[in-house]
Amino acid sequence: MSKIENLPTHNDSLLRFMTCGSVDDGKSTLIGRLLFDTKTILADTLTQITRTSEKRGLEAVDLSLLTDGLQAEREQGITIDVAYRYFSTGTRKYIIADAPGHEQYTRNMVTAASTANLAIILIDARKGVLTQTRRHSFLAHLVGIPHIVVAVNKMDLVDYDQTIYDKICSDYLKFATEIGLQRDGHDISFIPMSALNGDMLVDRGDAMPWYTGETMLEKLEAAPPAHSERAEQFRFPVQFVCRPHASDNPELHDFRGFMGRIESGDIAIGDSVSVLPSGLSSKVKAIQIGEEQLQSATTEQSITLLLEDEIDTSRGDMIVKTGQSPEPVKQIEAMLCWLSETPLSTARTYIVRHTTRESKAKVGTISYKVDVNTLDQLPADGLAMNDIARISFKLAQPLMVDSYITNRATGAFILIDESTNNTVGAGMIV
Amino acid sequence: MTTLTKRTLSHLDWLESEAIYILREVAGQCSNPVLLFSGGKDSLCILRLAEKAFRPGRFPFPLMHIDTGHNYKEVVDFRDQRAEELGERLIVRSVEDSMKRGSVVLKTPDEPRNKHQSVTLLEAIEEFGFDCCIGGARRDEEKARAKERIMSFRDEFGQWDPKNQRPELWNLYNARSHKGENIRAFPISNWTEMDVWQYIEREKLELPSIYFAHQRDVVMRGGAIFPVNVPLANGDVINQPKPNEQVINMQVRFRTVGDITCTAPVLSDADTTEKIVIETATTTITERGATRLDDQTSDASMELRKKEGYF
Repeated sequence: MSKIENLPTHNDSLLRFMTCGSVDDGKSTLIGRLLFDTKTILADTLTQITRTSEKRGLEAVDLSLLTDGLQAEREQGITIDVAYRYFSTGTRKYIIADAPGHEQYTRNMVTAASTANLAIILIDARKGVLTQTRRHSFLAHLVGIPHIVVAVNKMDLVDYDQTIYDKICSDYLKFATEIGLQRDGHDISFIPMSALNGDMLVDRGDAMPWYTGETMLEKLEAAPPAHSERAEQFRFPVQFVCRPHASDNPELHDFRGFMGRIESGDIAIGDSVSVLPSGLSSKVKAIQIGEEQLQSATTEQSITLLLEDEIDTSRGDMIVKTGQSPEPVKQIEAMLCWLSETPLSTARTYIVRHTTRESKAKVGTISYKVDVNTLDQLPADGLAMNDIARISFKLAQPLMVDSYITNRATGAFILIDESTNNTVGAGMIV
Repeated sequence: MTTLTKRTLSHLDWLESEAIYILREVAGQCSNPVLLFSGGKDSLCILRLAEKAFRPGRFPFPLMHIDTGHNYKEVVDFRDQRAEELGERLIVRSVEDSMKRGSVVLKTPDEPRNKHQSVTLLEAIEEFGFDCCIGGARRDEEKARAKERIMSFRDEFGQWDPKNQRPELWNLYNARSHKGENIRAFPISNWTEMDVWQYIEREKLELPSIYFAHQRDVVMRGGAIFPVNVPLANGDVINQPKPNEQVINMQVRFRTVGDITCTAPVLSDADTTEKIVIETATTTITERGATRLDDQTSDASMELRKKEGYF
């Protein structure tokens, strides 16, 4: 009864991925199946959905009921939102961002995609590549997800026919080439699948002997974790400055620690660094996590940096390696997804939050907005919720930016409405 | 621009780093935050994370416990001991004081006081002018929680409006609020119960003794194991068995600790962190857990507590 071999170790890696598709594509069944086959589901939950399935007169347990919270909301017309779910295989912990896939939920897809390193795009084998497939693919691409897994689901409903699968794969690749989905460091792969029967998810099943590639879980287990794929240049936005000078310990009177998370690259003691925007240089004296001393640190580690020289540095500054400085800019050009029910006003001032830094911003020009279904570029003089547009902003304070394509952390920003404090836009710097 | 051969972070390293980042964002964005600390396992993890986030400095926020007066003595003692070891300021505000003020009115004298904690919490937020409360809630605790933000916005009445939550993208958290409004920040949102126990194991964190298997007088009530004759710090004894109930002495442990009147222990012989990790994993992968019905009850009672009470 107990399977201790599934006991996670302290050294499991972590992968964040998202699922794109509507309930009709079998998305809930896919997630339910992953949770079920990796034995993540607690007994009480299983008992509950078994009972519900029986009550509805179903022959087998309906695994889509595991994500029923979302469905119920949809029936009631309440705002649908990104839900996060968790499972672990014994070698890896997974965080699933589960976003509803319908047209009006572009903002939820963008939100889910922002933290994902892999996207599963579901296609119904009976329907092939649809408008929504294109939309999902475009958004995953826009938000820079490096690994796309196209899951051709419901193969059981097309008699597990390989020719249907092959046709869908080639249709998709054709479209992917058109919109430039394949680029350096990004990949697309395909799996024929029946989430309902569990074929090619965790177990291979015996219905598709013609498919010799990886199962869904094998693909997930093999995908590189996000932090290993970040850009190489060192970017360290300062979150907080630690100056315990009032401490009882006289050794700490001169302690000045710059606290933050490494957004990309590596750092080691002795490295030459510059603090932006001032541009003043120094060397790394020490690297700490709490009071533990490190020789070096890498992407996505939260650390405290101590420098050789006393440089006036505060939250919002960025420490980089000398010679790898992004240029501080006072104008940015970006792809922006509008998130708010209140439309964008070109007359107003917004707050841009970029890394740990904020600046007031005014809209410059809206070059075009994108029809997410046809990918046509349309003229626009304003933006409503779920619109995606190419837009420029003038900034009151300089920001140290990279293009989003080279760095997902220092190329991203959010827009905040100062009157409500709501997050109203998500931007990716071109 | 990318290499695939970099050193990889383990899932615990990653979760730790994310939580430290969130704590520092609270410190950087909020002017008067507070860390809610009960002495329970999740909040003990957060204390360790805060040490890693802010040492050698002091925490940029005080600790606060909303005490129902019905907490296990072992946990309350541990709470005080831990705050003292850390040298951090601990504020305790009591539901019983709210009862004296008349802002909390009990329907029956022995009803669970968890849901009343929110009244006392709001009073404390107003008293100190806190603009952010850091808590230990996790998304894996319940289906409905799966959509909770890491920085969750509460209006002037402390209410959570699921339709009025801010989109959260990348790691760009928005903890801005106007006066009177409040942010609840959840640094371990992405942790599961298993992650918490693994972290406790890795960091060798001490916990209140009732988390480990121990002998205790209990009765079976409503399908759950119910602790009886529990002594309080003030000398009172609560949870009297009903006349028809048979008191049994069992080996149990608590998976969650909270108000004595509504937190059920589970049958267990796990008396070390290592054994609890294994038990947690085994429980998770039990396909039909007839033997674990007790767990389910304790989990459900915890969820109720989180929803109606603190968070």
